Amino acid sequence: MQVQSEKFKAGAAKSLNNPHLLKAMGNLRNRMVTGRAKSILELDNFEEIREAARATRDLALANLDYLLEEFERNATARGTNVHWAETGKDVNQLVLDIARSNNVRKIIKSKSMLGEETGLNHFLEASGIEVRETDLGEYIIQEAGETPSHIIAPAIHRTKDEVSDLFHEKHKLPRKTDIAEMTREARMVLRPHFLSADMGISGANFLVAESGTTMIVTNEGNGRMTTTLPRVHVAIVGIEKVLPTLEDVAFILRLLTRSATGQSISNYLTFTTGPKQPGDKDGPDEFHVIIVDAGRTKVLDSNLREALRCIRCGACMNHCPVYQNIGGHPYGWVYPGPIGSVLTPAFVGIENAIDLPNAATFCNQCGVVCPVKIPLPDLMRKLREKQVERGLRPRSERLGLKVWAWFAARPTLYSALTRIAARLGHWAGGRTGLIHSLLGGAGWTRDRDLPAPQGKTFRDLYAARARRRI
Amino acid sequence: MRVGLFVTCLVDLVRPRIGLCTLDLLEGAGCDVVVPTTQTCCGQPGYNSGDRKAAQVLAKKVLREFADCEYVVVPSGSCGGMIKAHYPELLSEFPDLKPDVDRLVARTWELADFLVNVLKLEQVPGRFDGSVTYHDSCSGLRELHVKSQPRKLLSKVPGLTLKEMATPEQCCGFGGTFAVKFGDISSRIADQKCADIGGTGADAVVLGDLGCMLNIEGRLRRRGDSKTKVLHFVEVLAGTRASDG
Repeated sequence: MQVQSEKFKAGAAKSLNNPHLLKAMGNLRNRMVTGRAKSILELDNFEEIREAARATRDLALANLDYLLEEFERNATARGTNVHWAETGKDVNQLVLDIARSNNVRKIIKSKSMLGEETGLNHFLEASGIEVRETDLGEYIIQEAGETPSHIIAPAIHRTKDEVSDLFHEKHKLPRKTDIAEMTREARMVLRPHFLSADMGISGANFLVAESGTTMIVTNEGNGRMTTTLPRVHVAIVGIEKVLPTLEDVAFILRLLTRSATGQSISNYLTFTTGPKQPGDKDGPDEFHVIIVDAGRTKVLDSNLREALRCIRCGACMNHCPVYQNIGGHPYGWVYPGPIGSVLTPAFVGIENAIDLPNAATFCNQCGVVCPVKIPLPDLMRKLREKQVERGLRPRSERLGLKVWAWFAARPTLYSALTRIAARLGHWAGGRTGLIHSLLGGAGWTRDRDLPAPQGKTFRDLYAARARRRI
Repeated sequence: MRVGLFVTCLVDLVRPRIGLCTLDLLEGAGCDVVVPTTQTCCGQPGYNSGDRKAAQVLAKKVLREFADCEYVVVPSGSCGGMIKAHYPELLSEFPDLKPDVDRLVARTWELADFLVNVLKLEQVPGRFDGSVTYHDSCSGLRELHVKSQPRKLLSKVPGLTLKEMATPEQCCGFGGTFAVKFGDISSRIADQKCADIGGTGADAVVLGDLGCMLNIEGRLRRRGDSKTKVLHFVEVLAGTRASDG
């Protein structure tokens, strides 16, 4: 996907002026946040499981080379074709090669954020192959010509009424307003595609090293049809998604679905271990797994490594006050919200996503809900430090910080300066005690007043108090 | 009990009354309060803006200034959080300072936490006739686990009733320089906080962090609410004695 993160501020402003988005995002807060809070109460040792998940993910990351080779060995033994791709381009080419060698004309897809990274759909369509997204949210945005705004609820930015209009326009059927009826209609439109597709593409939530299994977590059943109906199946997976055992997958799942949608378990868990075996009733004749780096080893070697623990639940964005108000599109690439503010600069270059690590209040709501304890604000701060080191911050900001630090380290000068500032500020506040506009602080005063200083610094009042006491 | 008061730069500059109230309350409870006069700032603005070196200079300064205090008390969750949660990482490049950093971290307390868990304050001099709602500031809440302490203290104030917001733990949108760099997003988040406060019908919103205080008061006033008071909890606890601020 093309990186648009440098347009973050303009995108955010557009979002803030979009009343539909405001309404749609209100649903997110109510559903996802409340849902998670309720469902984690089902576990009496949530924090212990969370700590174990962190440790398990760290262990997997520390042994990636070994585990991925173990996966390859076991998957190959079951008849899976395992491929390795270093870049997004390599992924696209490998998928196209597999499609061409199997005379594929139509592909059905289950949701894959990695596919968004590589721009897979556009690439395949440009090569003359029809690609159909089958996840309801992905289907909606494919029809609307948009990109996902959330990693597990890609069309979360759209209200029911907007989707209703879209379906009416695209399906040329009477307009429906009931969600169940709209879903039935989408299902009816998609069914022939499931039955006529030559190839299915999915991502994977996890790779299981001990059994050579890929697994996906879904709610709509489209994932299972995508992995079983077409004669060829391709799963594309980032290298960081491997876990040692099925047992590990099982306990991390307890956190994943609860953190994501507030479900104790998702409607479907699809485990695929090789193509159709003798005696199997269904499954693809050919099963390919493409294991993808696309910048991940670089992150593994950096001080942002902890971000690779991510199990893609979306809790950080659901709980982020910034994301809740602007949605995912302003972030300008595949992953929005706090995790996107770390992964985007890490994957596409710090200089291409300057605003992202700064567009956070550091409230740490993301950090406390993350099921694998990624210290998201700390990682964003490390990116901010990198921006300063590389001289990527605006000159005025660098100068301002220098002046502030210089004075703050010199108490006598600092006290003289703050004495003047307190008086001036007090005077500027006038009778109301409010400053309505501030030179160089328009970002603050455009929509807010600044409560004026009381007039004297604590330092001076304290000195006066001490004198009175003597 | 020798208690060092870390005033914080915003209290010093904008709301010295809060510092005086803190002083009164601590001295009233029998503490021997010292206020190092060379103190300025904890370094958080630099730290969160990526200027690590500038932050380190100030952190070392704080380390020296409060070296001989039994306790260091901070009337602000985010400055307290800066010291307790972030100084160890910030100063990790200086291993010889580690014992001093560890000592400072162990002795530093957010004000409400200190009043409840160290001083075990049972009575407060203040009085407030009306209702208040309490905003949980992010750093205090999530870095220092300040949640029940200020509520416990407020419950001791004669005349005061507490009315909880729907989401008191939701960020107010301040975020330091974020509030200026992304002013439009920041004030939208503040709007939701203002609406939540308004929904309680409380006479005042009470909190424990200057950043949130300026942000919430600034947005409330611009929205046309000139009535809802915005107070630091220590102003409510200390009452009128510190009115010389």
